[in-house]
Amino acid sequence: MNGVHDMGGMQDMGPIRREHDEPLFHAEWERRIFALFNAVDVEWPYRRQQIELIPPADYLRMSYYEKWLTALAQILIGTGMATTAEIESGTASGATSPGHHVLTVAEVATWNVPDSSPTPKATARFHAGQRVRARNINPTGHTRLPRYVRGKIGTIAHDADVEPLQDSDAQGLGPKQQHVYSVRFTARELWGERASPHDAVYADLWEGYLESA
Amino acid sequence: MTTSRRDLLTGALTAAAGAALAPDPAGAQARDHEHDHDHEHDHQVAPSDPALRVKALESLMVAKGLVDPAALDALIDTYEHQVGPRRGAQVVARAWVDHAFRERLLTDATSAVAELGFGGDTLRVVENTAAIHNLIVCTLCSCYPWSMLGLPPVWYKSSAYRSRTVIDPRGVLREFGVELGDDVEVRVWDSTADLRYLVLPERPAGTQHLTEESLAALVTRDAMVGVAKVAVPRPGAHA
Repeated sequence: MNGVHDMGGMQDMGPIRREHDEPLFHAEWERRIFALFNAVDVEWPYRRQQIELIPPADYLRMSYYEKWLTALAQILIGTGMATTAEIESGTASGATSPGHHVLTVAEVATWNVPDSSPTPKATARFHAGQRVRARNINPTGHTRLPRYVRGKIGTIAHDADVEPLQDSDAQGLGPKQQHVYSVRFTARELWGERASPHDAVYADLWEGYLESA
Repeated sequence: MTTSRRDLLTGALTAAAGAALAPDPAGAQARDHEHDHDHEHDHQVAPSDPALRVKALESLMVAKGLVDPAALDALIDTYEHQVGPRRGAQVVARAWVDHAFRERLLTDATSAVAELGFGGDTLRVVENTAAIHNLIVCTLCSCYPWSMLGLPPVWYKSSAYRSRTVIDPRGVLREFGVELGDDVEVRVWDSTADLRYLVLPERPAGTQHLTEESLAALVTRDAMVGVAKVAVPRPGAHA
């Protein structure tokens, strides 16, 4: 979706405000929503999509954790984990929602230790050094192809990973498991002749986002 | 569709907050405040409204058996007390003193940091040199190497940083006090997939005498995002 979240290249967002001695959380509720949003049993692309669906004016106004709060309510309703009525009343009317995994303390302990599970296999269509064009597609669902690279020509810097495609509408984008390439776009290709001749932006793009150029 | 959903949500969440607070007039005040509240801000000074909404959602999720309260506490403890920028700093210091480790780190960062017991992200480490300066961003959301740096600061998640870093990296760096020569190549890494990036900053001159541990103490979060350089210790300072 060409939403306001896809903001790479916008110029009117003001100065970058830094906070001296910034705390990790600014209020207890931020701490709690951080944990709830991470614990809920859905995939990250779905979480991100619910954040992207926040109407643009609200998206820009809300703090990061306010977005998480808004998205979490929508996730609960959207997945059937809770009903609108339950969220309205703040109390559970039905029994425990079946079929959802409940994150455990033991699982949290595995989040930041080495993981030996192998990378999935997929056939690579491109290789390092090859010229590619990011496809000019405008899907209305969740995608990880930012607008500012669409239609632009870059070079495969390296074959970075094999990952499941995250698009909510994957039609025409190829198989689920795909190679992800780090693609180098020169600043001048993206932003024109006034950009530095030396600078470049690298984006990690799924194979289905790319075509030979 | 989004408009009607938005109405539903606002109504639902306001009702949840209202239900939790019944006769308290502060609730009405908080809701009125929300309607006037369209100025830009990166974070807010905790109005009671989101606090109540979160409380209502947490009670509901616990009551419905969707979350284990002990796991919620473990999550918070992990990122408040266990995982943070000291991990990244340890990796950087090791790379500065151990050439073979540095090579492994730049080739396969995920495996290299596993040697130190660290994991959680598919990681790529990019090296700053006199000729190349790397900078990390996520234009689409706020992807960040949590396993190496912990949770990102508010500025990293801000619209200003996310939007401008790809089009004006030198301007962004200038705001952070980093001025680069025209001949330096700036490489911006937009975290659009599941790879997470960490910058290996340049080791400052005059640090040959420092131990790995003392070197790690010099490495800041900002340097590992690429918005700062690692500062040279003050002359005469002993580590």
